[in-house]
Amino acid sequence: MNAPAYNFAYLDEQTKRMIRRAILKAIAIPGYQVPFASREMPMPYGWGTGGVQVTAAILGPQDVLKVIDQGSDDTTNAISIRKFFAKTAGVATTTATDEATVIQTRHRIPETALHANQVLVYQVPIPEPLRFLEPRETETRRMHALAEYGLMHVKLYEDIARFGHIATAYAYPVKVNARYVMDPSPTPKFDNPKMDNCPALQLFGAGREKRIYAIPPYTQVVSLDFEDHPFEPYRFNAPCALCGAENSYLDEIVTDDKGGRMFVCSDTDYCEGRQAAGHHGSLSAAPYKEKAGSHG
Amino acid sequence: MTTIAELPPGFADKVLSAQSTFRSVMDAMARPGSVQRIVPMAGAPGVMMRGTAAIALTLFDHDTPLWLDARMAESSDVTKWLKFHTGAPVVQDSSVASFALISDGGALPALERFALGTSEYPDRSTTVIIQVDSLSSGRSFELRGPGIDGVAALHASIKPFDLFERLRMNEALFPRGIDVVLVADDAVVAIPRTTRVVSKGS
Amino acid sequence: MYVAVKGGERAIENAHRLLANARRGDQSVTEVTLDQISEQLGLAVDRVMSEGSLYDRELAALAIKQARGDLIEAIFLVRAFRATLPRFGTSEPVDTGAMRVQRRVSATFKDIPGGQILGPTFDYTHRLLDPSLAEGFVPEVPAAAEASTAPTPRVTDILGRDGLIESSPEAEDGAAVGDLTREPLNFPADRDLRLQNLARGDEGFLLAMGYSTQRGYGRNHPFVGEIRFGEVEVEFAAEDVGFAVPLGAIELTECQMVNQFKGSATEAPCFTRGYGLAFGQSERKTMSMALVDRALRARELGEEALAPAQDEEFVMSHSDNVQATGFVEHLKLPHYVDFQSELGLLRKLRQEFAEANAPDAMKEAAE
Repeated sequence: MNAPAYNFAYLDEQTKRMIRRAILKAIAIPGYQVPFASREMPMPYGWGTGGVQVTAAILGPQDVLKVIDQGSDDTTNAISIRKFFAKTAGVATTTATDEATVIQTRHRIPETALHANQVLVYQVPIPEPLRFLEPRETETRRMHALAEYGLMHVKLYEDIARFGHIATAYAYPVKVNARYVMDPSPTPKFDNPKMDNCPALQLFGAGREKRIYAIPPYTQVVSLDFEDHPFEPYRFNAPCALCGAENSYLDEIVTDDKGGRMFVCSDTDYCEGRQAAGHHGSLSAAPYKEKAGSHG
Repeated sequence: MTTIAELPPGFADKVLSAQSTFRSVMDAMARPGSVQRIVPMAGAPGVMMRGTAAIALTLFDHDTPLWLDARMAESSDVTKWLKFHTGAPVVQDSSVASFALISDGGALPALERFALGTSEYPDRSTTVIIQVDSLSSGRSFELRGPGIDGVAALHASIKPFDLFERLRMNEALFPRGIDVVLVADDAVVAIPRTTRVVSKGS
Repeated sequence: MYVAVKGGERAIENAHRLLANARRGDQSVTEVTLDQISEQLGLAVDRVMSEGSLYDRELAALAIKQARGDLIEAIFLVRAFRATLPRFGTSEPVDTGAMRVQRRVSATFKDIPGGQILGPTFDYTHRLLDPSLAEGFVPEVPAAAEASTAPTPRVTDILGRDGLIESSPEAEDGAAVGDLTREPLNFPADRDLRLQNLARGDEGFLLAMGYSTQRGYGRNHPFVGEIRFGEVEVEFAAEDVGFAVPLGAIELTECQMVNQFKGSATEAPCFTRGYGLAFGQSERKTMSMALVDRALRARELGEEALAPAQDEEFVMSHSDNVQATGFVEHLKLPHYVDFQSELGLLRKLRQEFAEANAPDAMKEAAE
């Protein structure tokens, strides 16, 4: 039998060259989706194959990798992807946003401000922001070519007419460098402002849809809106129950079937860092007492 | 005549050297005007600088048609080395090239003769790699655009002297355009199509 | 005290162990071998090789075993392995006219040169469950004639000699064959890429699409010119050797559909073609593929493309079961961050709705 043998970071060198060339063009044309010959990866399409291919193409032995899903380092798919690279590339991994040189993410941008020596790699399911308005690639490609984005504004305006608000809560479209309308991946719109003028390089990989795109550092990224209906990031109005943060994006935890709810930071590293620095929320005041109580 | 055995070698470690070189080029493209160093050493044939050689080994292959300027094309060591180490097909028609290698900047053809991409596929454009005298001293240039925090200063000794004037066509063409990579020995600076350059004289 | 969910790593490891045990099943039952899968579940192996795009019976059998018989999962395993293989080049076109046929039927002529050969087929079996197969079954020895040396020319070639069917489109000499696994797909796509997409496409999807053309959604009047199954030689022209080197024989099924004729003031009317080809014995797949191939030629043949099967962007974007299953199944990954954002918006809209309607409700109650 042809026993499989795999290369550093899994991908063969020819594939890496192809992806690297696509990344360079993506950086040169901010927000434009570069088609690339996405490979079948050893994880399913839709589970981060685009992000994994981008990470595999840039990752080197000196890198420190962080992988998050929903803001957390401990979700199963984040663990699975982190283990994949620890195994195939032997890179150091971390959960600390500050220490990472490459951060692969699904659905969140870390709360800790990114710095210039970092690359943020997004996993993208549907890269085309116009796809839900126009399913045909031939059409959406033409619309991007002509910068013809009226349809998107019509859709947002119809929302306002019907609901009084723009009814898009995540994957909220942005305009990059005043030219391309871009899908930020299904991050909550809370995260959109972090993309603007960010010191880190942001790369986006869509494996199934075979597209790579990028936002260079210090690039203008504007969330689409209207003068009378300006963009507003959404955050549940409560402090984190664990660290007391008042400005982080929160997960809602259902605690019972009688309407019990609590809210904690979605970014686990940020939350743990704050707790370690002595910040407390309403539910983290006395963990040891409770533990002792349960033994007694 | 050089035999294949006498050609300068490629990377000692193909995988890690290509990765390290790519990161330098990626950082250069992401931060226009910043000078990045190419660390891994490969042999460089004839008029080709070692930085250029490393970039060739990192990004060129059968799928990347390559255009060489006269000085590069005249060197059989260069063409043999490229064929042996990268397999990239050398084309006469610069308008279909993925990459162009320029050793004699003074004889750089009109940029319109390279692939500029289309409005639908602006990525289908030539990346022009130009070898220059220096990326640390010479005239000073002020750069603005995506990837630059405010203004970047570049000191460089470049031919053609009017390169940045010529690149102003990128402004009107965008999103079509030409991306340029400047190489001086092991130093690399990228000028993607979004970068706007003002010469500040000497 | 609330403790965030942790221990995902251990959970994953244990899930893998549970899967390995479920795969093995009751360990007092003999373990199935790759030979058994390859020999006795041969059509499953054929399908995994076809849609996995890799002709290797042993690896396909391994994939089926590893996937617990889930063929789409097995196809995925084979594809992921295939993606890591180095590419040496492209084989010479295989000559299906020179196939050593084991089965060959034509619906368009009663008899054809080389004869109709029924071969191993479910056709004409009565679909009655056969208890004698439950164990220890020894099949009767089939009648075997000397292998015939009579040539078996393709029916479409016979029709083609009289100009009754359009000639098979030929690529320009030296033109590269497209490969959608190496280059990103763009629309409109040429027929080489369409056929590659269909050959890798999900059998069930193609079956439904082909069926829809028969029911009137892009009808194209198909006749099975011929279905043939057997062995063909594969040759590889190595540049430095200077001649074609035989690599071995592979089993293929080919379906040539004869379809609705075309013609114009300047062109004599003739039938048109739909083509299907797959590894192993895969008749349902190749027939469906031929129907869809013909439907997708609408643009080229100047037909109005109104039906789903004629829409190349629709068909090619949704035919791949590895892509489809990944994206459908990814919905089970956590989405609570985006759901939370949506929930926040919905609560706000509902609150505004309640506030806007509350005075009316009170008014009504008062009346």
